[in-house]
Amino acid sequence: MPDLLLELFSEEIPARMQAKAADDLRRMVTDKLVAEGLVYEGAKAFVTPRRLALTVHGIPARQPDLKTERKGPKIGAPDAAVQGFLKATGLTSLDEAKIQRDPKGDFYIALLEKPGRAAIDVIAEILPVIVRTFPWPKSMRWGERSAKSGALTWVRPLHSIIATFGPETEEPEVVKFSIDGIEAGQTTFGHRFLAPSAISVRRFEDYEAKLKAAKVVLDPQARKDIILADAKQLAFAQGFELVEDQVLLDEVSGLVEWPVVLMGSFDQEFLSIPGEVIRATIRNNQKCFVVSDPKDSDKNPDKTGKLTNKFILTANIEATDGGKAIIAGNERVIRARLSDAKFFYETDLKTKLEERLPKFENIVFHEKLGTQGARIKRIERLAAEIAPLVGADVEKAKRAAHLAKADLLTEVVGEFPELQGLMGKYYAIAQGEDASVAAASEEHYKPQGPADRVPTDRVSVAVALADKIDTLVGFWAIDEKPTGSKDPYALRRAALGVIRLVLSNETRASLNELFHKALTLALYFCFRPDHGYLQLAATWDPQSHDGQSEWNEYQYLLFLNSDGFIDRNSEKIGMHQIGNPDLGAEEDEDKYAERAQAFEEFKRRLGRLEAVRGPFIFEDVPPAGKISAVRNALEQLYREPFAKLAIDKLANDLLSFFADRLKVQLRDQGARHDLVDAVFSLGGQDDLLMVVRRVEALGKFLDTDDGKNLLAGTKRASNILSIEEKKDKRSFDGAPDVSLYKLDEEKALAKAIDQVKSEAGAAVAKEDFAAAMSAMAKLRPAVDAFFDKVKVNDDEPKVRENRLKLLNEIRAATRAVADFSKIEG
Amino acid sequence: MDELPAHMRPERSFQGFILALQRFWAEQGCVILQPYDMEMGAGTFHPATTLRALGPKPWRAAYVQPSRRPKDGRYGKNPNRMQHYYQYQVIMKPSPPNLQELYLKSLAAIGLDSSLHDIRFVEDDWESPTLGAWGLGWECWCDGMEVSQFTYFQQVAGVECAPVAGELTYGMERLACYLQGVDHVMDLNFNGREGADKVTYGDVFLQAEQEYSLHNFEHSDSEMLFKQFVMAEEACKKYLAAGWKSGSNQKEHLMALPAYDQCIKASHVFNLLDARGVISVTERQSYIGRVRDLAKACGDAWVHTEAGRAS
Repeated sequence: MPDLLLELFSEEIPARMQAKAADDLRRMVTDKLVAEGLVYEGAKAFVTPRRLALTVHGIPARQPDLKTERKGPKIGAPDAAVQGFLKATGLTSLDEAKIQRDPKGDFYIALLEKPGRAAIDVIAEILPVIVRTFPWPKSMRWGERSAKSGALTWVRPLHSIIATFGPETEEPEVVKFSIDGIEAGQTTFGHRFLAPSAISVRRFEDYEAKLKAAKVVLDPQARKDIILADAKQLAFAQGFELVEDQVLLDEVSGLVEWPVVLMGSFDQEFLSIPGEVIRATIRNNQKCFVVSDPKDSDKNPDKTGKLTNKFILTANIEATDGGKAIIAGNERVIRARLSDAKFFYETDLKTKLEERLPKFENIVFHEKLGTQGARIKRIERLAAEIAPLVGADVEKAKRAAHLAKADLLTEVVGEFPELQGLMGKYYAIAQGEDASVAAASEEHYKPQGPADRVPTDRVSVAVALADKIDTLVGFWAIDEKPTGSKDPYALRRAALGVIRLVLSNETRASLNELFHKALTLALYFCFRPDHGYLQLAATWDPQSHDGQSEWNEYQYLLFLNSDGFIDRNSEKIGMHQIGNPDLGAEEDEDKYAERAQAFEEFKRRLGRLEAVRGPFIFEDVPPAGKISAVRNALEQLYREPFAKLAIDKLANDLLSFFADRLKVQLRDQGARHDLVDAVFSLGGQDDLLMVVRRVEALGKFLDTDDGKNLLAGTKRASNILSIEEKKDKRSFDGAPDVSLYKLDEEKALAKAIDQVKSEAGAAVAKEDFAAAMSAMAKLRPAVDAFFDKVKVNDDEPKVRENRLKLLNEIRAATRAVADFSKIEG
Repeated sequence: MDELPAHMRPERSFQGFILALQRFWAEQGCVILQPYDMEMGAGTFHPATTLRALGPKPWRAAYVQPSRRPKDGRYGKNPNRMQHYYQYQVIMKPSPPNLQELYLKSLAAIGLDSSLHDIRFVEDDWESPTLGAWGLGWECWCDGMEVSQFTYFQQVAGVECAPVAGELTYGMERLACYLQGVDHVMDLNFNGREGADKVTYGDVFLQAEQEYSLHNFEHSDSEMLFKQFVMAEEACKKYLAAGWKSGSNQKEHLMALPAYDQCIKASHVFNLLDARGVISVTERQSYIGRVRDLAKACGDAWVHTEAGRAS
């Protein structure tokens, strides 16, 4: 069967876009082929800086013929309908139609046969559409044609297209199409410098071979292999080791068609800069690899595993001088770059970290959440609260939080943002900070993702938790939660970070309490100073309070309407109505009084909110002397039921977000996520460590026969209950009446329930979940016996009711450990 | 190149290097312009690029443009950072299909042999928030050093480029250092002579770098500059408003160039203020936005002038 060869030859494609482009090309072409009934055998895409190529083999030469039926009018339908049917289907008379009966009557059916077309013609239609709609992250226009509308866009100017199609044994044909003046053919070009002439190709095999002869390695993987092997070899030959870097390798292989690996060196004096800075300089700016001493210290005690003064570059040409000029040129640039880096590093060391902090007062973290300076102060306070919970020294945690972000304003981090935290650690050590305090600069950003290491130093843990919780509650408070695939502030990652920090350090903490603390700190910043309540009332438009306006209406609404006050009174509140004499005149006094009352309450609530900012409206953080006044205002505010409700709502919402993240986390580890639901559903579960312990114990219990049977029994009880509850339209809460027990099994069950309730309850109180589960197990024989011998729906209504109450007690007893109704299976 | 006297060779002489580029691009049909007589941050600000990139009329030009970056001053101490340096700018509208080859030939013309040197086109999307302009292209590397910027303009002064112009910008001092094998820009041989006749880049510019760094960072008159910014901004708007020709049924502008001068002025004054550290982070965005608004208004006026419109 025939093969397709496609090449799109352009000016240099950005390295970072190449892999996806190859993938997109393969997917788009093969999807289209399949959609056209052309099922192929295999396809592979390739990419170099100057070409995107695709080979698809085993495509049928023709599309299969397509048979379809088309339903026409009823027998005896008006002539117009019949004529329309004949015209639409191309039949000459109704004799050619079939008749089919369905419940509505007898209908004419036309059998249509669409003959398959030659694949090459179909492909000639498909390809231009794919080129025109190719999903480059950014594409451009160029040249003379760019003046016209509808001009072709591509990632960079597209110069030529190869498209050939044909079976292996024959001379393939050119797929005839043209896009914006570029005619598909069978010509391409070799390496830009080493073999720039035109090459004529027929099919993939000779295409790839001829390119190789013209100094182009088509397959990106092959280029990577060459670079990696040669780089390792070059380093090894000098007794060193390549510092491998997959991301850099991917990029470098996208910058060359003919990789030539060379080694250069730089002055030893630069090794006084931290290795990470050298690496970032050489890697980011020059796309070169760094080299280290081998780490094997047993055999070579003098080998340190540290960077050496070598680097490895990948050129795109075989130079006539063997690469001398290229190495010399790269060494020059790297020397200059490292001089800059050294200068930055040494300049940074001259300023103490805390001296940088005042600048954060002018840097906005988020317009609704105040400045970086304010955020640092919040994290400090939160870290101090968290420190005792994780066993960290409070003063150290505060100091660490105080300094943790300071390196963001250093020269080195300005130049290499990825070194944030790490540089802070170096600078903190250099200025003589405590080792834990210094480490927290780097560690508090961790864990960054599911695979990242979780810090264990107590001080780092405290600051890491404070940092993440502040981020989460802040964005929660301003309603910037993740939705679908959108999570611009990486809040899911932050929540997962909190979960992992808590679990792997076995931290006991009530998240709810922490959220409340963090929220009271963060919400303070949400009430912006420039919108006093009078303004708010004057501009209040009950029709459009959608929480979208820029002056943080969301927070106001969140508070004012936490109990539905605004929803109930929005019509009455508008100040324009209060002051409008015309309205007042038409209205009776009661209504007016009602409105005035609502407005007074509105004003009172706003007043409480404003009091928090009131006297300090131009300061992100109240000055030391006024802190107690703010605290009072906050306390007053939070004593208000409406404010408490608002914060509870936010904290609960955030907690259920955590429950979801925990489920994802446990599911990824292969645990049953329904058990997480079963535990969270109990309510009041905000200690993650306890939740997980409970889930683990529950999982183990459910693996035993006792567990399985008890679950089945409980489910059975629940099912019966819900049926009967529906029937009677009532619930069967309340203690059963002992005097109504008729059978031993009833009494035994009642006894078992009492015993299990108290035993399991006691075990749970001691946080011994395994013991709680063992206690649960004792319920099983009684439940089994009960269902075996007892008919729940007794003829005597009182007995029936009592038995249903007993069933309800089973449910209640199991709730000592989990909500069994949420457990699957 | 062999017929050139030694002191004119691009690898020996800074001026010889400039002349070699001038000759090369003259051969490609460019008009060789002289620098624009105003202070600006980059060759792109020259009206021969910013404004001529707009509208359908073909345009090919090349020129040297002294570029002022007040913030980049280092009192003449940094080996390659200065508050005043030269850019060589080429603009071709529409972008010719062989622009990359022309560029590589220009490198050969200044002595960069592509069989010895590793020349690469590395993604670099260009955007100028002050000019309301963006384009796609590359930074061009020679042996790991960025020597030029290569851009296909997509939009300039808020106007879609139709057709697209190709722009090349060579960093002259950096390239010259490379050609001459010199590490510090001040050591560049300016005139290609040796011994007593030799004039270095430092002889010409070191004092200026010291004086202007002192001025830009420590002494420039902020109060005056703030006023100048507002004056330039107002003048630009005034000229733009006055330039619309009344009475004709075709919308026509008669003063785009003088108005644009004021936009250039405002931009440079902003750069001076920025270097002086008197503009806060939040204000910074708003100043950039104000200059951009001027640039866009000038672009809109330009496409209604003789040189900027279709016919």
